[in-house]
Amino acid sequence: MTAGPGWLVAVVTLPLAGAVVALLAGRRGGAAAGLLTSLLVTAAVCGLTSAVLAAGPQQLAVGGWALPLGIALRADGLAAAMLLLSALVGSGISLYAWRYFAASHHAAGALFWPVWLLLWGALNALYVSGDIFNLYVTLELLGLAAVALIALAGASVVAAALRYLLYALLGSMLYLLGVVLLYAEFGTLDLLQLQAAMRPGLAPALAATLMTVGLMVKTAVFPLHFWLPAAHAGAPAPVSAALSGLVVKAGFYLLLRLWLELYAALPAALLVQTLLAALGAAAVLWGGVQALRQVRLKPLIAYSTVAQIGYLMLALPLAAAAPAALPAVVLLAASHASAKAAMFFCAGTLLAAYGHDRIAALRGFATQLPVTAAAFALAAVSLVGLPLSGGFVGKFLLVETAVGAGAWWIVAVVLAGSLLAAAYLFAALAPAFGSAAASEAAQRRAAAWLPQYAALGMALLSIALGLAGPGAQALLAVTFDAGALR
Amino acid sequence: MSVALLYGLVGVALAGMGLYTALAARHLLRRLLGFNVLGAGVFMLLIALGARATGAAGRADPVTHAMVLTGIVVAVSATALALALLRRMHASEGSARLPEDRAP
Repeated sequence: MTAGPGWLVAVVTLPLAGAVVALLAGRRGGAAAGLLTSLLVTAAVCGLTSAVLAAGPQQLAVGGWALPLGIALRADGLAAAMLLLSALVGSGISLYAWRYFAASHHAAGALFWPVWLLLWGALNALYVSGDIFNLYVTLELLGLAAVALIALAGASVVAAALRYLLYALLGSMLYLLGVVLLYAEFGTLDLLQLQAAMRPGLAPALAATLMTVGLMVKTAVFPLHFWLPAAHAGAPAPVSAALSGLVVKAGFYLLLRLWLELYAALPAALLVQTLLAALGAAAVLWGGVQALRQVRLKPLIAYSTVAQIGYLMLALPLAAAAPAALPAVVLLAASHASAKAAMFFCAGTLLAAYGHDRIAALRGFATQLPVTAAAFALAAVSLVGLPLSGGFVGKFLLVETAVGAGAWWIVAVVLAGSLLAAAYLFAALAPAFGSAAASEAAQRRAAAWLPQYAALGMALLSIALGLAGPGAQALLAVTFDAGALR
Repeated sequence: MSVALLYGLVGVALAGMGLYTALAARHLLRRLLGFNVLGAGVFMLLIALGARATGAAGRADPVTHAMVLTGIVVAVSATALALALLRRMHASEGSARLPEDRAP
């Protein structure tokens, strides 16, 4: 027996154990437990990834119970890539949150660590679950942890947190109804067994519709994105980074699993993929225009997330038609996650230093907080997709595949979206290089250096992902063969 | 009509009523109750399924029962969190409706 299955257990149990320790350890010990757990989880994810690369996809039947009664944990290339992304961005979030909560006014700082580690554990469990009911449980855990983290910001965001909770519940209930229908039809909950047994019919079609709509609510796919801006903009900065960077990616990952694998054989698959891409196109344009209209920094970044989810949806039919496009999707998701984390970190630093995040009144922050300004600019470079950044490589591969497939409308939307992104990010960054009035400079509180460098690290990661293309291709080539179960 | 079919039909009816309330109601407590009724409907469907799958051994399908138990735990936790947040919103804003649903 290789070490692979052990890593599978470790990536799920380590963050959950860390959450318990952080809860017991209280305010000071919580941060230490959180940082240590981040390190351990990252190490376990690296171990799992190298096992996947070296020995192929990993699988473990939990408790030794064989399928279809038992639950399988699985890691193929896609799961490993998402785990790795969560580990890198998650470590950045832990690093940022350490000084952020230690220095800031948040009384609820002690509760951040257990809930954040719970969220991380739910994310990891979601990525390695091979069972659609288990996925429902991880979706609920993820949603509840995310809502609790948003509520840490205090009374001002309770309404946004409640709205998010209601729609998250709606999404997972619709998903659960789909699970029930699939179990009634096929008598198994296992993703690979279901994929092998999938056949057209009323129950699978209804299940596919319910699960897809449920996941669209959770992923904030246009036009079901309405809950996102208030929730993501109102949360504490490290939480916003986790929500925009990681949590929406989990819903998207499940949509990928559904429409590239589980339902790929259904006759309506192409239609649904194209419909999702059309909604993605609308999201890119709508999110971009709304971001341009914002006068505060955090809502601007949140609307940018709506647009960036659109890009991921746009890539869905391309990835279904040509597996070579899958690395493009993952690179886009990864560079967005790290760039968006960097931006929310910067927004948090500015908010703490200036006491507000009105863009027009942040004049001259580049001279006062040069590291933050540099991090924001670098993240913007990757988000817009300027050459050599992670965002560029993702968009380039996307456009290349779209041209090859003759999908010119996708090319047009990608280019228009990039122009919009350049416009709103320039609008956000322009005041930074203006000259600050003396009175404003005097009001500014000193900013801790570690959170600023955490932001810079995330931004640099987002740029460096431009070099990750070959690695992503090698990793994503590792897949399970559902046909073998037929 | 078999008992399992009756359970299934009642489950579908409950799920429909719950979903309607969860979407159409404005008072958040009502919406939350809607979600709970929706959940109960889904669980009844699952129980009916378990009975339908009764095999030669004469036992109902244990997987659906495990799913219902897990689902109930999840629903209770979600309801508790929602109630706590609702109380907090009511205390700070004096309303049990989301801002977009309040009378101007």
